[in-house]
Amino acid sequence: MSMTVAEKILARASGRDAVRAGEFVVADIDLAMIHDIFAVRVFETLLELGIEKLFDPAKVVVVVDHFVPAPTAAIADLHHRIREYVERFGVGTFYDAGEGISHQLLPERGHIRPGMLVIGTDSHTTTYGALGAAAAGVGTSDMVFALATGRLWFRVPETIRYELVGELGPWVAWKDVILAIAGEIGTDGAQYRALEFGGPGAATAPVSGRLTLANMAVELGAKFGIFPADETTWAYLGAPPGEAPVPDADATYTAVHHLDLGTLGPQVALPHDVDRVVPAAGAGDLPIDQAFLGSCTNGRLDDLEAAAAVLRGRHVAPGVRFLVAPASRKVMEEALASGVLATLVEAGATVLPPGCGPCFGGHGGLLGPGERGISASNRNFPGRMGSTEAEIVLASPATVAASAVAGRVVDPREVVDG
Amino acid sequence: MDEVIRGEVWVFGDDISTDLLSPGAYAVDPVEVRKLHVLEALDPNFASSVRPGDLLVVGSNFGCGSSRETAPENLAALGIACVVADSFARIFLRNAVAIGLPVLVCPGARDAIATGEVGEVDLAAGTFRNVDRDTVVVGEPLPDEMREILAAGGILATLRGGVEPGSGVESD
Ligand code: SF4
Repeated sequence: MSMTVAEKILARASGRDAVRAGEFVVADIDLAMIHDIFAVRVFETLLELGIEKLFDPAKVVVVVDHFVPAPTAAIADLHHRIREYVERFGVGTFYDAGEGISHQLLPERGHIRPGMLVIGTDSHTTTYGALGAAAAGVGTSDMVFALATGRLWFRVPETIRYELVGELGPWVAWKDVILAIAGEIGTDGAQYRALEFGGPGAATAPVSGRLTLANMAVELGAKFGIFPADETTWAYLGAPPGEAPVPDADATYTAVHHLDLGTLGPQVALPHDVDRVVPAAGAGDLPIDQAFLGSCTNGRLDDLEAAAAVLRGRHVAPGVRFLVAPASRKVMEEALASGVLATLVEAGATVLPPGCGPCFGGHGGLLGPGERGISASNRNFPGRMGSTEAEIVLASPATVAASAVAGRVVDPREVVDG
Repeated sequence: MDEVIRGEVWVFGDDISTDLLSPGAYAVDPVEVRKLHVLEALDPNFASSVRPGDLLVVGSNFGCGSSRETAPENLAALGIACVVADSFARIFLRNAVAIGLPVLVCPGARDAIATGEVGEVDLAAGTFRNVDRDTVVVGEPLPDEMREILAAGGILATLRGGVEPGSGVESD
């Protein structure tokens, strides 16, 4: 039977030859990720249920990334308890505060392989689909169930295919591609479905760009966002091409969309919906108070490089706070070594530690009532980055940097060519 | 769990995010604190006015955003007996079922009732009735696998009971 990548992975993980969209399966979990907001809750629930052992500690990763460094004494205590539970349960891998964001660390440190079924207590767990995995966010009860049994139920999702052709133009980023897709199909356009990316345009995407698209697949409602493994994937993994699920030529899709990358310019998502997408040049006069470069969507080295390319020899506008949070310690080290971080700081950046920073409104540079921010992150919901009376515009790193210079939302080409 | 649920209705619109249902600033606070901030950005009086047994009837993509299970948990803590939506975001739906909060996908229900009217959900039939106007909107009953978990009181209750949801087999 012909299958999509999502179907192949769920078939393999549930020990079947084939599954079809709409079926329910109970599947073996290859990797489970838990972050600092939910770790204590998960471990305490396990203990309440009398469960002292994880199904397979080697398949469990715990990351302290949301509140880094601990902004309050209560959160410092929460982190302290996480370390104790990590020890007590013998968690296979623990990334403590300062190492980076879970969704950067798991791909970067080699935890993700093509074909894996991964769950995480975070909606952006879809990010790992960039490396050909089926990865989905779950809540804490589902996570507790999976940690206890090694299994979890899934409804096999229908798949929407995005065929990408052409090449991105100068100053256009992979972020602009996913924003354009959001504008096209809307924030529930892929509800309960898998998004599968392919075509010659997808083949040109570096892993960093694939991570950005798979990351935001969840903003379209998707359960998985998958780039089937190819040469680029294996090169990133530093491994010779191996076995990996690829879609069958006659697999069934609920929709196939075509997108010519060459037709795209820089995009922005206006407040307060990820699908309120317009060309950056057509955003209107939107002055900004803060510009944020970072997050699991756009905190990687080439994101910082794209911003630095705009900012070299320029300075952010008076009155604009420009915050930069590298997605991991490794990204920060590389940006230090290459001089990119110096360029950002000289242009006026405040550098935050590797981690989620203000992306989710927890701490580290929030927006006040009536303020407007531009952000390279993934959500512009009311209250997401501070006050519910603040506005958030989503954009690529280059657009964020250019807007920081202009003091208002602009197309980066206006700043670099102007 | 009762499969017919009747209660006074609160109506909200589309794309209600988990940031509205469980604001990030209170992410690690206890549920007694978290529940006081549910939907405060849309209606500052909601959390203090809602009564146990009330129903939420909402638009599309309800619960979009984060994986935080605190979103359905806060609603359950306020006593919301069921959420009826045009559509749910995937993780919210999963989490509601996981914690045993009844949900119904019923496109059009929101347009057939107003805040303060009385509604009645039939989970098995997948229908929503406006009791005051005696009109019925037909939705989609949840798949049996999910209703089994709801009936057990949530996925962890199935773990306690030794029955693995969706498989009908004993767990080890
Ligand atoms: S960077 Fe933002 S979106 Fe990503 S995991 Fe952290 S809080 Fe969530």
